[in-house]
Amino acid sequence: MSDYQLTHLKELESEAIYILREVAAQFERPVLLFSGGKDSIVLVHLSRKAFHPAKIPFPLLHIDTGHNFTETLLFRDTLINKFNARLIVGSVQESIDSGRAVEEHGYDASRNVLQTVTLLDTIEKNKFDAAIGGARRDEEKARAKERFFSHRDEFGQWDPKNQRPELWYIFNGKKRMGEHFRVFPISNWTEMDVWQYILAESIELPSIYFTHERNVFYRDGVWLAAAPFMKMKPGERIEYKRVRCRTVGDISCTGLTLSTADTVEDIIQEIAATRVTERGGRYDDKRSDAAMEDRKKEGYF
Amino acid sequence: MEQTFSSKAYLNMELLRFTTAGSVDDGKSTLIGRLLYDSKSIFEDQLDAVRRASVQKGSEHLNLALFTDGLRAEREQGITIDVAYRYFATPNRKFIIADTPGHIQYTRNMVTGASTANAAIVLIDARNGVTEQTHRHSYLAYLLGIPHIVICINKMDLMDYQQEVFEKIKQDFNVFASQVFPGEDLRFIPISALNGDNVVTPSQKMDWFTEGTLLRVLETIPISNDHDMIHPRFPVQCVIRPESNEFHDYRGYAGRIAGGFFHPGDRVMILPSRIPSSIASVDTFNGPVAEAHPPMSVTLTINDDIDISRGDMIVAENDLPNMGCDITTMICWMNPKPLQIKGKYALKHTTKDVHCQVMDVDYVLNISTLEKISTVKTVKMNDIARIQLRTSKPLLYDSYAINRITGSLILIDEASNETVAAGMII
Repeated sequence: MSDYQLTHLKELESEAIYILREVAAQFERPVLLFSGGKDSIVLVHLSRKAFHPAKIPFPLLHIDTGHNFTETLLFRDTLINKFNARLIVGSVQESIDSGRAVEEHGYDASRNVLQTVTLLDTIEKNKFDAAIGGARRDEEKARAKERFFSHRDEFGQWDPKNQRPELWYIFNGKKRMGEHFRVFPISNWTEMDVWQYILAESIELPSIYFTHERNVFYRDGVWLAAAPFMKMKPGERIEYKRVRCRTVGDISCTGLTLSTADTVEDIIQEIAATRVTERGGRYDDKRSDAAMEDRKKEGYF
Repeated sequence: MEQTFSSKAYLNMELLRFTTAGSVDDGKSTLIGRLLYDSKSIFEDQLDAVRRASVQKGSEHLNLALFTDGLRAEREQGITIDVAYRYFATPNRKFIIADTPGHIQYTRNMVTGASTANAAIVLIDARNGVTEQTHRHSYLAYLLGIPHIVICINKMDLMDYQQEVFEKIKQDFNVFASQVFPGEDLRFIPISALNGDNVVTPSQKMDWFTEGTLLRVLETIPISNDHDMIHPRFPVQCVIRPESNEFHDYRGYAGRIAGGFFHPGDRVMILPSRIPSSIASVDTFNGPVAEAHPPMSVTLTINDDIDISRGDMIVAENDLPNMGCDITTMICWMNPKPLQIKGKYALKHTTKDVHCQVMDVDYVLNISTLEKISTVKTVKMNDIARIQLRTSKPLLYDSYAINRITGSLILIDEASNETVAAGMII
């Protein structure tokens, strides 16, 4: 490699930092969507790098389904303190209590879809004009079509067939009152890029990414965590297994991997050998072939 | 755990962005599917989904094209609507594919995909040879400043893998290229995307071709000179002012280097104010660095107390860009509503926002014949034209041929906020 050629990961980092700075410059009230998952943790790290030595110039927003892994919440609060960041929490439980969202019933009930209501309400209430997310184009086929700057109408909806052309690195963040943008600085990163970056930058992660023992049960090819609000079907039984999360969402939709990986290096070896996509273990994507596309159009992350 | 996958090697890979262009039946989706499949970038669950869909559609073989379908409408109609991005890696390089639809009505998507690409793959159907579509696709790649064009002559299996077929098409294309874009880096490869010949594995049936597979070419194209490394250019994105006790007087200018090198001590000129100064430090989160070059994102500090803000540019004192309000630019028009002569638009160029008025249309290009039609003043969606703009404030620009960052602009309709044109400054 030539002396003046950046490595691919350095180039992706530089691209993401450029985009985060564009958000800070082009929008009045940006917010970073923080789930406690590795991608949003990497976004926080990149935001620190982009504005150093100043603080991150936007708050973090956590959409809390009430069905979290406790480890994720602990990690969130520690991170907020450590980086002196500002946290805003949007509560799905409050959306349900106020009648804005209706709880699903049945065995596959999840609050994953309900998050969209809470997210859009929180964006509107706080007048956020740009929501920065950690979605990547390699995750899912609808996400492969996303722009870096993705326009949302006043209902928070995405129109994938009529997106603004995105040329070079000139981002058009112009919008009308009530509209907002979703911005995805790590669009071009793959799952492996994220893990290698976490390793290279020594980024801390919640403990659920590493192997631990947990009560789980098996459904439709996915291991799910046992919890009081997880209704089990007849014939399903609780087993005690060594597992870890490959992605982190709320408990009802996060599939667990049987794994003994307890370091980032181990996880990288595991991912290099795996033959299933990251979202192959996401229960929320199994609803239909276009599950993600449909949710995204409605305003999902 | 056994460490079989090397993080050290992974952290040393380069990034190549490429775009693909071809007509609907040239086998573009099949080629991309083949690249992903043969480079083992397809996962089991994706493979299962495509197997099921292939059976459902009555295909005899695994339909590789299905790997690239994204939206529901695309699957239903068997077409590509928008630019989709795909990723794969070999031990040497990581690749980003901008997969764009090839129809004439999708020129705007091709331009979008091409704007950040280092290389373009142009597909030719071996049965049809060089067509007007080939001219259009390769001209767009050239117009967008893509430094390397790889011509893949596909469906060689349907022409009995004959060398004469390949040589004839190569010769025809070279005649066209020598007139339109002499000096462009062109490569030719005979392939069968369907059977995998010369895509990832060398073809047994075409042993007469010894210049390597498509993947080999993508792995070895030199990309280190794709940025402008000569003329120092630093468009300021935002000002970093920590307002903390520790960094009380810190004032840094954040941005991504658009050209040349920057070092502490370099004499610079701040534009448009034309105030000379020098670089105090080139800062990053990990500490100051001795040198920065494209496409690094850094923060510069300056030795004098000067008012600098977003949209300004820091350049070498003895190497200034063009400065002016009268701009000649090639554009690709991207909106159903045609260009308005004397119309006013918002204009974005590097980190600067200005207004502009369209003064005149010099010509509209017939992109199939490359004829310049100066009698036509109407510029419609997907047209390529040369126009004259006058801006409300001076732009600090280079020719697009020299620098793709300081030479590019977009036009925005101020009523709809839509991006209506991509501009490449002459």
